[in-house]
Amino acid sequence: MTADLALIWPELILTIGGLITLMLGTFMGDRQVGIYQLSALLTLAAAAAAVVALFGIETTVFSGTLSVDSFGGFAKLLIYAASFVCIVIAPRFFNGAMRAEYPTLILFAALGMGIMASSRDLMTLYVGLELNSLAAYVLASFMRTDERSSEAGLKYFVLGALASGMLLYGISLLYGFSGTTDFAGIAKVLGGELNIGLIFGIVFVLAGLGFKISAVPFHMWTPDVYEGAPTPVTTFFATAPKVAAMALMTRVVIDAMGPAVGAWQQIVIFLSLASIILGAVGAIGQKNIKRLLAYSSINNVGFMLIGLAGGTQQGVEAVLTYLLVYMVTTLGAFLVVLQLRDAEGNQIESIPALAGLSQRRPGLAAAMAVFMYSLAGIPPLFGFWPKLLVFWAAVEANLVPLAVAGIVASVIGAYYYIAIIKIMYFDDKSDTEIPKGGGTIVEDAVITASALWLSVIGYLFIPVLAVLSASAAAVLF
Amino acid sequence: MISVGHYLAVSAVLFTLGVLGIFINRKNIIVILMAIELILLAVNINLVAFSAALGDLVGQVFSMFVLTVAAGEAAIGLAILVIYFRGRGTIAVDDANRMKG
Repeated sequence: MTADLALIWPELILTIGGLITLMLGTFMGDRQVGIYQLSALLTLAAAAAAVVALFGIETTVFSGTLSVDSFGGFAKLLIYAASFVCIVIAPRFFNGAMRAEYPTLILFAALGMGIMASSRDLMTLYVGLELNSLAAYVLASFMRTDERSSEAGLKYFVLGALASGMLLYGISLLYGFSGTTDFAGIAKVLGGELNIGLIFGIVFVLAGLGFKISAVPFHMWTPDVYEGAPTPVTTFFATAPKVAAMALMTRVVIDAMGPAVGAWQQIVIFLSLASIILGAVGAIGQKNIKRLLAYSSINNVGFMLIGLAGGTQQGVEAVLTYLLVYMVTTLGAFLVVLQLRDAEGNQIESIPALAGLSQRRPGLAAAMAVFMYSLAGIPPLFGFWPKLLVFWAAVEANLVPLAVAGIVASVIGAYYYIAIIKIMYFDDKSDTEIPKGGGTIVEDAVITASALWLSVIGYLFIPVLAVLSASAAAVLF
Repeated sequence: MISVGHYLAVSAVLFTLGVLGIFINRKNIIVILMAIELILLAVNINLVAFSAALGDLVGQVFSMFVLTVAAGEAAIGLAILVIYFRGRGTIAVDDANRMKG
């Protein structure tokens, strides 16, 4: 038991750090932004250091309910990095209305996501997922006086609770018909004859997880929540929980349902194709940049599921690489959106107002162009590489039609990404002034670094990424 | 004799009622919260019935977790509902349309 505690340092640090941050906010007041923000950032950095220190250990703790392995480690590092950035960018956005609950909730959400990424029992899966979701519902409605924010929180809550309900119903069926909640035990039972109860269980669990990764047909909450939630929270939703939910989905599909490939493969293929196509088509004609990025995230989840559909180790490696590149791109794109403010300092979210951005803010427009081209997967940029990997994995797993359909649909997707670049570079200047000096040095640095990394520098990291993702994916096979 | 099948049937009916309650209901968000509780309780019936049939305690422990989380979920749901009502003065489902959806 005490030996187990030494292996879950990241979770312990996040719990204690979250409580300290909450106490600091309570006793020193919400005005002391610097203090509680620093405490939250230090907590995340310490947790990440603990993850790095535990790298290489492959074991399970607490009677096999939680695993300590490099797959979870990889996902946790991405989650903590995204949470870190989302805490850094918040104070300027909330502009005086910043409260200590924000970093606290992000820390607890990160804790829940870490548990999701390393769960290997249906019980830890559920508790981790809910810890993340409950914090996320509150974050979505964080701007209490803003009608859109509270509506976003309400919609997220209702549909998220429905998703948890479906997931739980599937879990109860899986438990009842396999007699265990342990992933390995379930896999053993699924290796034999499948009865109707097990199949129902698999379908409900995948539907519930589909909600969490916002795959079509369970995506309807995404555009509304992304639009209504405050922009730093949207940035958070588009990055960290995506990584966690995708890692969880991978673990469930490979670890728990691995032997029953025939039962889940068609479902994953359907989710992936529907997400790619609907994500691409739905984005066309959107006037709000946050809504557009919501459809873009649906679209990208579809591409990740292509890698997962084969159920091969190569596919899982591709998914992990895709997650990293997607996270960096999305963080960059949202940071650019955060910088768009008119002369009175109000946030600009409408796409037509971006017209002529290349003349007003050339650097910002260039960075946005890199992010958009990268999301579209245009070759010289690094966003191309993970797309290639997932298609490659699909072809190797004899899913050629799926890969072909994905490539065709990515052309539709390219249309709306490039439309943004056309608006920024070739349209007449809009009436909206976007004055210079929008962001802090940290924001500018993150945008520049991610844009540079996504241009050509990313290719230098391919060997490192290959080793990391291979060692992480090997854990599941 | 009441078998596991009977419990499963009851819980399936409750689960379906809960899901329909979320989708068909057009009037009131409180009813949606009740429907969510119905779904979670249907799951609990399943878990406890399986636990008894299998002679395995894990299902009952799991149902305790579900109950605890359901309480937290209801608290957060009502809190969000309160700030929503404060801003809008209504909790009708059809009025939740500030963003085109």
